[in-house]
Amino acid sequence: MYYVTALITGLLFGAGLAASDMNNPVRVQGFLDLFGDWDPSLMFVMMGALAVAIPGFQWVLRKRAKPVFGKRFYLASKTVIDRDLVLGSALFGIGWALVGYCPGPAIAALSFGYSDVFIFVIAMMLGAKIHQFQAKSK
Amino acid sequence: MFDSVSFTNVLGGGALIGLSSLLLFTLNGRIAGICGMAFSLMATSLKNNIWRIIFLVGLVLGSAAFYWLTNTPLPPAPDSSLGWLILGGLLVGYGTSMGNGCTSGHGIAGIARLSPRSIIATLTFMAFAILALFIVKHVIGGDI
Repeated sequence: MYYVTALITGLLFGAGLAASDMNNPVRVQGFLDLFGDWDPSLMFVMMGALAVAIPGFQWVLRKRAKPVFGKRFYLASKTVIDRDLVLGSALFGIGWALVGYCPGPAIAALSFGYSDVFIFVIAMMLGAKIHQFQAKSK
Repeated sequence: MFDSVSFTNVLGGGALIGLSSLLLFTLNGRIAGICGMAFSLMATSLKNNIWRIIFLVGLVLGSAAFYWLTNTPLPPAPDSSLGWLILGGLLVGYGTSMGNGCTSGHGIAGIARLSPRSIIATLTFMAFAILALFIVKHVIGGDI
């Protein structure tokens, strides 16, 4: 069941990105263009997602000691707000703006057959690999 | 304001994403963070990654199926030039690896469990994305 639920949740996530047009980098950049011709779509997508996720997560975290199929809840081990969190998020934001893809839509768009998507995803994996390598050698 | 995308689509699509995140956590105990899943493929063994590969394949298929079943045209490719594409990809990969999360992991799952780290991360990447787009598009006048 663990793998079936992974498949179903992946499908739901992909369908949600497609339905809300978040796989469209032009629309995402339209949201980020606060001082131009602003497109609020992404804000409503986040609101729709959080309207389900906030009450759901709060309920589950209070009521359940462990997940239905998994061994335990895998939560981030770090709890402090450190330099890596802020600097990493800032760099991510800049890259997100330049192309209009964050990791989810970039991967979801792999089936479209655009070479630009493959170039972006390869660069993204390489960027992550460079960071993993640096973090390991620290 | 929404041209081709309706209010139902953005709120409903968002709700599907939120539901996916909630179900993966409730059923499997895992955070639906797409960058975390993708980058773990390069950091841990295949055995640990099977569920991640299945989720990511589902992500690709779920999007493809939506366009196909609803007869919706595919979204366009990015407008960015090759240089911006590569720089953007490197920054997204490096930054989300360093910050331990992206729009899905911090922005949805993290905020949903009211994690202070995720709230700070989300505010930071939103602010820097808005600032970067403003500088490149309106100050430099670049074509992105």
